[in-house]
Amino acid sequence: MKRGRTLAEIVTVVVAAVVAFPLFWMVLTAVKPPDEVVSTTPRPWTLHPSLGSFTRALTVADFGRYFVNSVVVAIAVVVLSVGIAFLAAAALTRFRFRGRTVLLVMLLVVQMVPVEALTVPLFFLMRELGRTAPALGLNHLGSLVLVHLAFSLPFAIWLLRGFTRAVPVELEEAATLDGASRFTFLRRVLFPLVAPGLVATSVLSFTHAWNDFLFAKTFIISDARNQTLPLALQVFVRPDDPDWGAVMAGSTLMTIPVLIFFVLAQRRLVGGLAGAVKG
Amino acid sequence: MISGPAARGQGRTALLYLVPALLVLVALLGYPLYQLVTISLFDYGQEQVSGGAPLTFLGVGNYRTLFSSAKFWTVLGQTVGFAAVCVAGSVLVGAALAVLANRVRRWVRMCLFLAALGAWATPAVAGSTVWLFLFDANFGLVNHLLGLDGFSWTYGRWTAFGLVAGEVVWCSFPFVMITLYAGIRAIPGEVLEAATLDGASGWRTATSVTLPLLRPLLVVVTVQSVIWDFKVFTQVYVMTGGGGIAGRNLVLNVYAYQEAFAASEYGLGSAIGVVMTLILLAVTGFYLRALRRTGEEL
Repeated sequence: MKRGRTLAEIVTVVVAAVVAFPLFWMVLTAVKPPDEVVSTTPRPWTLHPSLGSFTRALTVADFGRYFVNSVVVAIAVVVLSVGIAFLAAAALTRFRFRGRTVLLVMLLVVQMVPVEALTVPLFFLMRELGRTAPALGLNHLGSLVLVHLAFSLPFAIWLLRGFTRAVPVELEEAATLDGASRFTFLRRVLFPLVAPGLVATSVLSFTHAWNDFLFAKTFIISDARNQTLPLALQVFVRPDDPDWGAVMAGSTLMTIPVLIFFVLAQRRLVGGLAGAVKG
Repeated sequence: MISGPAARGQGRTALLYLVPALLVLVALLGYPLYQLVTISLFDYGQEQVSGGAPLTFLGVGNYRTLFSSAKFWTVLGQTVGFAAVCVAGSVLVGAALAVLANRVRRWVRMCLFLAALGAWATPAVAGSTVWLFLFDANFGLVNHLLGLDGFSWTYGRWTAFGLVAGEVVWCSFPFVMITLYAGIRAIPGEVLEAATLDGASGWRTATSVTLPLLRPLLVVVTVQSVIWDFKVFTQVYVMTGGGGIAGRNLVLNVYAYQEAFAASEYGLGSAIGVVMTLILLAVTGFYLRALRRTGEEL
């Protein structure tokens, strides 16, 4: 028994090291001096750490600007999707009305639509939209906010629904007896109670928008100022002579915010997902 | 349950709360979906977009072109095969590690979970470039360790697909692992104790007690993985670019993108999108049934 566990622990630690290795290599490469990065004898350490790659990424490629763009899009998506999803989840669980089941099934089905297949119609939709509201059209961040809001909404509603449903009816009745209106109940009682769900929803919506490559590539065609990080990173990956140091520095900058969110929200994320899967 | 005026009032308030969500979903998912099908029925190229040529209705013409091209079938086969490998990889690795995580002390488990969380959190673009660098022909650590200097992983069809699949498994097994770990944890200790008291061996307990209890959850994570891995775009695009002019490493998603935005064949690109959507909706049917079996009620 004891020996079995020791073996299991050794295997687990080795696996953990292998899984973490690409991230370690990414950060290491980012702080290595250039001659050690493009070396035919790569070493898993460096004696001369430098921030040169970060400086290059931030100045040459104007990474700072794209970082801000990505943050703006992701935050806008989070705020809008959490707000809208919360209202919808409350409607779907705290009220009984005709067509509720149909809506729920539609919500599940719509989650399975491969949003990547919708690039063509969405491209033309954004082009049209840009004629009347330029900020929401092609080449503007607004177009990205809109599509990611739409893509993260179905799952966000589905996830939050598990949480709003779990709040006992008695609580609502008590609030009503105390003179709280329906909306007050939602805002003052239900909203704080489903906080774990809101955290999980926010993290997922954020990563969804933050990681997007396809739509940024499709929508932001000619206005380089409105690029987001995933595309800016590609600037360094020149086919013949990629600047690996800067690419890894950029990748590090791009990964850190998500990593922080994931670690902070870890418990709630797992609870939230388990709640969504198990209903 | 509730009827009469009260129900009607409830319906109205509920609708009010649902309006923002419905607006967004109808305008940005429903309408584009309808448009996708419509565009796929037309000859819609650069000239039609700029208004230089009239729109011609082709009916199923684009689909006929598609189904009679050998390339489409190759790409479809590659997509299915690639997705199958990724799903099998992430579910097997995830399940094995979930079981392992249950047998080790807390700090060891935390190490594993932190590493997995890191892989899960890494944006697809960043993950892809790091993997590309690790497997770089000249400066990559892997080639250095294996003594394969100058060997290009992305040039050959199968090595390139293998590399992409490796990255996809790396960033998608954590979801499977954490979900299944939670599932194993949720099995009451008494059930396992009872099995041990009845004289069941560790292996017997795993196959006859744990596995059947986990089956619904396993189905859910498998189907979820199928849905994700069938439409991988970023990794394939960043790591292989579709595999050159020959399209050695095309999957449906990248193929549709290239047809639409590189070749300006928007009609054909949309038709590929429709095919993809139909395949995934079929998978969704299974998903719904699986969910119902886990006791999910709507």
